[in-house]
Amino acid sequence: MQRNPQLNANGELQHLLSIEGLPRELLLQILDTAESFVGVTEREVKKVPLLRGKSVFNLFFEPSTRTRTTFEIAAKRLSADVINLNIALSSQSKGESLLDTVANLSAMHADIFVVRHNSSGAPFLIARHVKPHEHVVNAGDGRHAHPTQGLLDLFTIRHYKKDFTRLTVAIVGDVLHSRVARSLIHGLTTLGAPEVRVIGPQTLLPAGVESLGVRVFHDMRSGLKDCDVVVMLRLQNERMRGALLPSAQEFFKNYGLTLDKLSVAKPEAIVMHPGPMNRGVEIDSSVADGPHSVILPQVTFGIAVRMAVMSIVAGN
Amino acid sequence: MKLLIKGGRVIDPASGKDSVGDVYVSDGKISDSFSKPEKTIDAKGLVVCPGFIDLAARLREPGGEYKATLESEMDAAVSGGVTSLACPPDTDPPLDEPGLVDMLRRRAKALARARVYPVGALTLKLKGENLTEMSLLAEAGCVAFSQANVPLADNQVLWRALQYAATFGFPVWLHAEDASLARGGVAHDGEVATRLGLPGIPPFAETIAICVILELVRATRARVHLCRLSTAGGVELVRAAKREGLPVSCDVGIHHVHLSDMDLGYFDSNCRLAPPLRGQRDRDALARGLAEGVVDCVCSDHTPVDEDGKHLPFAEAEPGATGLELLLPLTLKWGAAAKLPLALTLARITSDPARILGVASGRLAPGAPGDLAVFDPAAALRIVPEALKSQGKNTPFIGHELEGRVRYTVVAGNVVFEG
Repeated sequence: MQRNPQLNANGELQHLLSIEGLPRELLLQILDTAESFVGVTEREVKKVPLLRGKSVFNLFFEPSTRTRTTFEIAAKRLSADVINLNIALSSQSKGESLLDTVANLSAMHADIFVVRHNSSGAPFLIARHVKPHEHVVNAGDGRHAHPTQGLLDLFTIRHYKKDFTRLTVAIVGDVLHSRVARSLIHGLTTLGAPEVRVIGPQTLLPAGVESLGVRVFHDMRSGLKDCDVVVMLRLQNERMRGALLPSAQEFFKNYGLTLDKLSVAKPEAIVMHPGPMNRGVEIDSSVADGPHSVILPQVTFGIAVRMAVMSIVAGN
Repeated sequence: MKLLIKGGRVIDPASGKDSVGDVYVSDGKISDSFSKPEKTIDAKGLVVCPGFIDLAARLREPGGEYKATLESEMDAAVSGGVTSLACPPDTDPPLDEPGLVDMLRRRAKALARARVYPVGALTLKLKGENLTEMSLLAEAGCVAFSQANVPLADNQVLWRALQYAATFGFPVWLHAEDASLARGGVAHDGEVATRLGLPGIPPFAETIAICVILELVRATRARVHLCRLSTAGGVELVRAAKREGLPVSCDVGIHHVHLSDMDLGYFDSNCRLAPPLRGQRDRDALARGLAEGVVDCVCSDHTPVDEDGKHLPFAEAEPGATGLELLLPLTLKWGAAAKLPLALTLARITSDPARILGVASGRLAPGAPGDLAVFDPAAALRIVPEALKSQGKNTPFIGHELEGRVRYTVVAGNVVFEG
């Protein structure tokens, strides 16, 4: 078996590529470190000098505003220099290969590459080819993983629910195309959540999804019953173009989260969404803006979690 | 040239012979004993058997010379003991006109290494629309007709192609994969693809395509060879079809009897193959089917890919692996795991593919072509890119140590490789 490519010879986090395969202690170390950064982001001077003099390259091969921005803010709060590269519009369209692009940037002395790519596994390929002192943080690859999103989801759940070992968590919607769902599932099972459910139509659940350690539900009400945490996934409009779903309206009827459907969950249940939301498709505004929603705190915690990840990998 | 191969363990899978003895070759053919050989090979401790026959080796000519050349790949073939190979028509341009086929055969012949049997395109440009000039292509040297891995989505064209080929008795070699079900997929649709977030190809993309082909065989009586089975369900369909007496045969790629989707590990693009590596149950069924003979033979599915084609995210990487030089050791490994006698193991890369190809080689009877492999079954072979003669250096077995090293390869009585 190959060594987990994210860990160095001492078992420390060299790159963050996926939550899968990371030991529980490492996940807790990241969450605890993030906890200490929440204070920083609330101070008047929102900076710590941990990454002073280091360069963080935001390499986005796929368009993104939100994730790129939160990484940029996180890096700046750690006092790093941040360089944003929108590769979708530059070298790749000129035919330069992925590894050539990375080699060129590496020659400009990068310390951390934050990578988003539409092809599953691309950050693994980059991590295999960077220099020993360089670090790769996966900011979302294809359908595979979005580990910082998964970590911020875990952070949010821990913030509101304290203990993972008694929780029932439901993840609803387009699991098939969701890197967020995969990362969160691995995190929850590693941290001991006893019941993780996925809810959706067969067309949006990948083959053998049970093997990830989840229970499958096709009916929203039975799936949400007695849940502590409900995670809604984004449904992209393009899913309606193929044969996966007939329409957004029909999806909302069956799987859109309304106050009525939410009523079968525990009264103190929290509702999460990785954003950006499609109101009226996967979630009703009354839920998104209602008392159960922790969607905006997720965004705030996301910065602390990304600060934690970058400071930890840079220190190893 | 009179060649004597002396004192080896002579195995002729076609007759089941397995005993220590001498093999004589004269005038390019296996012959009865003679005195005064011009050359003698001491084969003590080595196995002497017919040269290997590989039903699928891509040579990348014409059009893919940056990936491989005829010279490099023919060197790879003979250093792997392969004396005859069939090459699929998915070159650039495809092998769809007699001139191209003729040129390829001439180039191969001039190199005087392995024998090359071109498989002609079934449809023009492999587009799946118009039939090629099969009779003219056969005259130029095509032994069968195929779409290679290019899908033929239109069943009416497939039906007509089989009717036309059946008229003249031309064999048709088909990859069974339903194009619409496989669309966008890059890995076996199962737990591993789900975990890695890779778009899947369901196993029924293969079984549904086989069902369609078998119905068309019933209707046309065309001779069909199914290439590179990948699923347990596919093996069972072929088993039933053979029992029914349909004129079908099939093969499997050597990687698929050893590897499964579990071997993708962390997106190892060396395991990006077409068809995809499937589940462990499928792999076991293929290995068993090959032992039982439901799967007629095993081939290398040799596909040289350059570094740029593999240094890509898994889904974008070009499918294929180098295989000519690994065919023997990997076949021996399969045979040993299946506890088969060596003669039966070797049949799957000698007499069985010879039968499908319709050639006289692949056996040691007097008068048969003097194509031989002499190998040391116990010698270790470490698979490292530098040691491979093929220009394709990518294989899932990089770094592995395998057993079975070719010492001599003989084609038409000439020693074309000594290692």
